[in-house]
Amino acid sequence: MSRVMIPLGLLVAALMLASLLIGPAGVGVGESLSALVAGDGGPLTLVMREIRLPRMILAVMIGGSLGLAGAAMQGYLRNPLAEPGLIGVSGSAALGAVLALQTGLAGVFELGLPLMALAGALGGVTLVMLLAGPRGGSLTLILAGIAVSALAGALTSLVLNLSPNPFAANEIVFWMMGSLADRSMTHVWLALPFMAVGVAILTSLGRGLDALTLGEDAAEAMGVRLKRLRLQLVFGTACVVGAGTAVAGAIGFVGLVVPHILRPLVGARPSRLLWASALGGAAMVLAADIAVRVVLPSRDLKLGVLTALVGAPLFLHLILKLRKERI
Amino acid sequence: MRRSEVICAGWITRLGALALAVLTAGRAVAQQEAPARVVSMNLCTDQLAMMLAGEGQLHSVSYIARDRRASAMAEEAEAYVTNHGLAEEIYLMQPDLVIAGEFSTQATTAMLKRLGIPVVVFPAASSLDDVRERITRMGAVLHRKDAAQDLVASYDRRLAALRAEVTERPSAVLYYANGYTSGENTLAGQILTAAGFGNAAVEAGYGSGMKLPLEVLAMTDPDAVITARPYPGASRSEEVMDHPAVRAFREARVGATMTDHDWVCGTPYVLRAIEGLGAARREITGSVE
Repeated sequence: MSRVMIPLGLLVAALMLASLLIGPAGVGVGESLSALVAGDGGPLTLVMREIRLPRMILAVMIGGSLGLAGAAMQGYLRNPLAEPGLIGVSGSAALGAVLALQTGLAGVFELGLPLMALAGALGGVTLVMLLAGPRGGSLTLILAGIAVSALAGALTSLVLNLSPNPFAANEIVFWMMGSLADRSMTHVWLALPFMAVGVAILTSLGRGLDALTLGEDAAEAMGVRLKRLRLQLVFGTACVVGAGTAVAGAIGFVGLVVPHILRPLVGARPSRLLWASALGGAAMVLAADIAVRVVLPSRDLKLGVLTALVGAPLFLHLILKLRKERI
Repeated sequence: MRRSEVICAGWITRLGALALAVLTAGRAVAQQEAPARVVSMNLCTDQLAMMLAGEGQLHSVSYIARDRRASAMAEEAEAYVTNHGLAEEIYLMQPDLVIAGEFSTQATTAMLKRLGIPVVVFPAASSLDDVRERITRMGAVLHRKDAAQDLVASYDRRLAALRAEVTERPSAVLYYANGYTSGENTLAGQILTAAGFGNAAVEAGYGSGMKLPLEVLAMTDPDAVITARPYPGASRSEEVMDHPAVRAFREARVGATMTDHDWVCGTPYVLRAIEGLGAARREITGSVE
């Protein structure tokens, strides 16, 4: 296990450092870090503490939780195509977040934003699970996901188009693709409690998911309460995806790509895959967020664009592989 | 924030207008006499026309002229009929002159011209000198040259006085939704300079219509950050103006300075914007009038 976890941990640490050091202000390494740690109250401290640090922390939190949620859903449904973004959970969370912002709820009650996003995610994930059925066959799962994503996306666009704010309609792309540009510590604190709860729930599912690899009957015989497992999975996923989407928009494919790459390295055991995927997800979002700053710094390129460029071909590859296995 | 003031006219409008065109073909209006029934369909021409038009000469202004957020003359606009920049509605007002802005829908102005109504198009002002030119031009169009001359004279006088009082130039950055900034070749940039500020974004190499990264804004360490007043409803684009890094400048330095309806159009109201900023500058430099 440590054979995988240590290199992954080192990779995440290196990317975290890079995320803190790369930006348009272009300041030296030592100077940047001393401004971050010592804090002389000058402009560089402001840049490091209020702009780059929250961005880095959010990338770790959101990437980690998306990887974790993807691994957990795939373990439960025993289907490598299950991913919060693809099956409409992120889209539903975005709808909840947009409703909270546009109705003014987020303005009067600060936790309104993550709570509404959580409610949206909960609605989305419940709907998909009901539509796909307990066994979650690939086809029904993806079809249910498409229906839920399309509906959530359309309603999000509708709400933004109806907004009295002339900028709102242009932000459909942010909610669909996600971005970490110019986020602040406020966003970190908003998302943190919900993510902590979600991560605690999802990481506790390892034993149950391991048992499930033997089949549902065997798992129940081993004392796993499937109904409870399902509820925990739904709620935990909604917590992490809802909180992440509320502050950074819907970032897709992380939960698909990361578990797929790491699965063979952890011996395909779901419990091990959970933690490995959390680290891998953090690394992927950190890398994507560094790339958007380096490749097209002036264009506010969306994170979801990069993750989809990596994720969509892999998705197609997985579909082809599944089809071959069926035949 | 400039808004396109015209909603797309549907095909029904066009058919109706065409039918009317057939009925009234050949009704061309000579512009030798002063126009007696003028319709303005752009926020900025609305305000210039309201300032200069004679008694009863101006019939209608755009609906945005009544919007307090964008219009410096929202109260005055209550006295006029409003239009939404649609060819049919404007035609039925039977104007003998239509004044449009550069950004008014081309389809609408072209249609009105085909229907025989003279249309004058005013480009948007992008400098303080443009303001003088627009006033003069509006005076000529409305046959109110004397009123326009007086207005230009008082504009020049006040502007010169405002410029003269500048002794020390603190630095400032204009920072709008989505992190855009303004440079010297914009009205907002010139208002800033005339009020006695140095434009720190321009010094950092970021000109008009460019995105100023939040980090660069923080590193230029300006004495003041001037943001735009947010619209109702929420948007992530405007959220950046309230980022802790921006708020730090707004709160620590000058009381919240924001652009408002005085900044939008090339009218003498820009002087009020310059005066407001001048007060902020004196607060920073600590000089007393």
